[in-house]
Amino acid sequence: MLSTRLIVIRRLFLACACAIAPIAAWANDIGQFKVAKGAVHLERGGQRLPARVGTHLQATDTVVTGADGAAGITFIDNSLLSVGPNSVLAIERYAFNSTTHEGEFESSLRKGTLSVVSGKIAKQSPDAMKVKTPSSILGVRGTEFLVRTND
Amino acid sequence: MPRHCAALLAALVMGGCATPSQDLIVLLPDKEGKVGTVIVKNPKGNTVLNTAYATAQTTSDGGVQRSTASQNEVQNVFSSALAAQPPRPISFTLYFESGTDEFTEQSKQEVKRLLAEMARRQAPDITAIGHTDLVGPDPSNDALSLQRAERVKSILVGMGIPAERILTAGRGRREPLIPTADGVTEPRNRRVEISVR
Repeated sequence: MLSTRLIVIRRLFLACACAIAPIAAWANDIGQFKVAKGAVHLERGGQRLPARVGTHLQATDTVVTGADGAAGITFIDNSLLSVGPNSVLAIERYAFNSTTHEGEFESSLRKGTLSVVSGKIAKQSPDAMKVKTPSSILGVRGTEFLVRTND
Repeated sequence: MPRHCAALLAALVMGGCATPSQDLIVLLPDKEGKVGTVIVKNPKGNTVLNTAYATAQTTSDGGVQRSTASQNEVQNVFSSALAAQPPRPISFTLYFESGTDEFTEQSKQEVKRLLAEMARRQAPDITAIGHTDLVGPDPSNDALSLQRAERVKSILVGMGIPAERILTAGRGRREPLIPTADGVTEPRNRRVEISVR
C-alpha cells in the first residue's frame, strides 16, 4: 500500500522534474505554480517562458495570463497568490529568512485580478508585504484579500 | 449594480479621456472567519480596510471610495482568481525517540499521513522546519534546529521524496509549541514541523 503510494509520488516528481528542468535554478526559487489553466506564461529577463504546474518562480519574474488563463502560485513563506484571466502580475522583490521570518515581498498587479493569502513574511513584519496597483500601494497586515485593476 | 459602481461609471463617461486606473480592493475573512488589515495608500491619503468584505475603489479624481461588497459581487469579479488558489499549506509535526534517529511510533503514522497528503497534491514541495526548546541561546539553537531539519530531510529522501523538493529551515527557539520559561527542558518543543505546499 505504502510502496504503491511511493511509486506514484516518485512518478509525479519525475514528471515535474522533467517539465521544469530547462529553467530550474533551485537556489533562486521563491515559489512554484500549483495551478495553471489555459494560457499562462512567465517573463524572465526579457524571455517568455511557458508556465505549467511545477514551474518554479524567481524574484523579478512576471506572470501573464491570457483570456482563458488562470494561475495559482505558492511561495516559500507560504504566501499564496492566484490570478484570473488577462492578468499581469510582476514579482518585484522577494526575500525570506526562514529562521527569523524577516523578509520582503513586493508585487505589482499591472492588470487583471489577483487573490492573495499572505504568509509568514507579512505575519512577522507589518508592511514587509506590499502589492502595488497603477493607482495605489497596498500595505498588507494580513491575510486574505482581492485586487482588480482595469488597465 | 452597487451605487459606487454607478457613480464610477458616470464619472468614466463624463470624465472622458485620461482617466487613471480604476482599482478595486476587497478584504476577505480567512478560513476561520478572522479578518486582517490592508492599508490602501495613494497620493490622496490612506484607507484602512479591516472588516469583512470592505472594499476600496479608486476613483477617476485619484480618490478612494469605500464600500462593502456582497459575496455575489466578489464571485462575479473574482471567481477565476479564487478558483485558481492553490491548496492551503498543511503542517505535520515529527518527533524523534530521544537520543536516536528514529521517529516515535506516533510520528511514523504522521509520516504516512504526510506522504498521502503529498500524493494528493500537484507538484508538492515541503519545508522541514526544526524547532528547539528554550534551553540555551539563539545561535546554538538555530544550528541545532537546522540539524534536526536536515536529519528529517535525509530520512524523507530515503523514503523516495526527491531532495530538491525539500527545503530545510532552523527556527531555533522562536516558536515553541508549548510556551515555557527560559531554560526549561521541554521535549514537545524539540520537533520538526513539515509544511506541505
